[in-house]
Amino acid sequence: MNTSPASARTPASARTAGTPQPSTSSTGGLPAVLVTGKRPPRPSALSVSMTFGWRAMLKIKHVPEQLFDVTAFPIMMTLMFTYLFGGALAGSTTEYLQFLLPGIMVMSVVMTTMYTGVSVNTDIEKGVFDRFRTLPIWRPAPMVGYLLGDAFRYTMASVVILAVGLVLGFRPGGGVLGVLAGIALLVAFSFAFSWLWTMFGLLLRTEKSVMGVSMMVLFPLTFLSNILVEPRTMPGWLQAFVDVNPITHLVAAVRGLMEGEWPAGEIMWTLIAGGLLIAVFGTLTMRLYNRK
Amino acid sequence: MGAETSKHTTSRQKDGPAIETSGLVKVFGENRAVDGIDLRVPAGTVYGVLGPNGAGKTTAVRMLATLLRPDGGEARVFGHDVQREADAVRARVSLTGQYASVDEDLTGTENLVLLARLLGHSKPAARKRAAMLLESFGLADAAGRQVKQYSGGMRRRIDIAASILNTPDLLFLDEPTTGLDPRSRNQVWDIVRAVVAQGTTVLLTTQYLDEADQLAGRIAVIDHGRVIAEGTPGQLKSSVGAGSVHLRLRDGGQREEARQVLSQTLAAQVQLEADPVALTARVLGDGTERGAAEQAALALAELTRSGITVDHFSLGQPSLDEVFLALTDRPAHDEQPPDGTSRNGPSHGGPSHRGPSQNGHAAEETTP
Repeated sequence: MNTSPASARTPASARTAGTPQPSTSSTGGLPAVLVTGKRPPRPSALSVSMTFGWRAMLKIKHVPEQLFDVTAFPIMMTLMFTYLFGGALAGSTTEYLQFLLPGIMVMSVVMTTMYTGVSVNTDIEKGVFDRFRTLPIWRPAPMVGYLLGDAFRYTMASVVILAVGLVLGFRPGGGVLGVLAGIALLVAFSFAFSWLWTMFGLLLRTEKSVMGVSMMVLFPLTFLSNILVEPRTMPGWLQAFVDVNPITHLVAAVRGLMEGEWPAGEIMWTLIAGGLLIAVFGTLTMRLYNRK
Repeated sequence: MGAETSKHTTSRQKDGPAIETSGLVKVFGENRAVDGIDLRVPAGTVYGVLGPNGAGKTTAVRMLATLLRPDGGEARVFGHDVQREADAVRARVSLTGQYASVDEDLTGTENLVLLARLLGHSKPAARKRAAMLLESFGLADAAGRQVKQYSGGMRRRIDIAASILNTPDLLFLDEPTTGLDPRSRNQVWDIVRAVVAQGTTVLLTTQYLDEADQLAGRIAVIDHGRVIAEGTPGQLKSSVGAGSVHLRLRDGGQREEARQVLSQTLAAQVQLEADPVALTARVLGDGTERGAAEQAALALAELTRSGITVDHFSLGQPSLDEVFLALTDRPAHDEQPPDGTSRNGPSHGGPSHRGPSQNGHAAEETTP
């Protein structure tokens, strides 16, 4: 008759007394959870990639500060270059903005791609990477997951810049459709371009060296292009570089789309460049990933 | 103990050894981290890999878990080559690394749901499984917290939970209790025992002989990338001696007398400690009729009879240090590799070392 109060009291008193064998109580239900029965079938490449993309979104949720570089940084870039060069290059800031905005959008987004390399590099240092690499899943999935999360960040940066531009007086002739197509092309190219950074993220030893290499690549690629000025006044050798720079073609395509033209040649150029980037750096990334 | 469980176990055991390696080698630059390891781990058991830091334990485990490519030799997990059939190996193993193999930015639940999804569970099934595991690992209260806020013991548990989302056929545990307090360590031990009772093979690396002794059916001792001894814990310890008795006397003046009494009753080496009232004596397990504790008790009685007052008395297991001294004639924490290439095999004769003084307290270090 007094068994029930006694048994109810026992675990509580055991806990407060700090008896030396609390382990059995906290892991009491173990045998039941250990037998899982039939294993589910191996998930598809798409499904695991999306799951890794979800992981990237969760990380944004927990560390929202990382969105700083896709919000504050683009606003700063847009304002800075509009008012710095506007008067000198185009006579007025509003006029310059019509030219600059698609380019500055490309510049900001392409510059934020380097954080992919940094996050790959910091993740490798942690044990969680080992866990992913021992899972029986499609091998590139963790990498694709990073890039899917980053595609969200690129979209966000583009939207922020577009909003700032509209406030400052940017009036895209291509309308909603042209602007959306421009952003879609930019995000798609950045996804492809990021494979360069996943490679460096795996190749280089420290986060700092990843940043260093990124800067070395990104500054010439973005500044030596048609983003800030028309290449007409540049010396011939520089024009030659600008002409083959994929960023130039991307900017021309995005600019055209937002103005309502559909520059098929530039779009093709951009897509082919993106395909080549994935083919080369995606392959190198996966080789390093498997070797690591 | 249902029929289902035993059937499960036997079907796995039919597969032959869980792990088989021959001449496994991994070289990092000049350093031969793993230098020809031969292992045979029977399925359904806990196999201990014992060795000091830098012995090559982690490197060996990483090769077996398909994380590192071997530079030489062969390794098979359930008959699958770790290089050529890596995916087949990955489908059957799980790894809990030395450092938390979960995402520290995510919560406990998110980590487990993420991994369950990656293993092919549907969203509801993944959530259910995560909740079940968190509950039975005593982490339900911390389920919504980021793992970086977890204590060391909680991290190990979430890590092991992540490894058994799908009960693996082979679980690698790389130093699962290093740095844990005794209570957390006991919890991890309970989990390991429960896991192996379900038929999973466990390969456990550890620096603690005590831990290997508690859990493992067989132990391989690794040093400088080679297996220097292999056998059951009993065989290993009897090659070293059953343990050591640590004494503190009330009167330091009686120490010399105590030393003589001990060396007569235990027929083994007695060592004077830096502490003027302390001394340590080895208790040999091999070739004596009495158990180690019995011998120690008799020695204590003999001291009392001789009028020596003993304030503190403890019988410890042989430490990793003592195992190493016996097997290699040098202490485990000697980081410098020997110049000579000769490595002592398991010497079953009485180790002829003159014990360095740092050996003294080692017996207690391993039993926190």
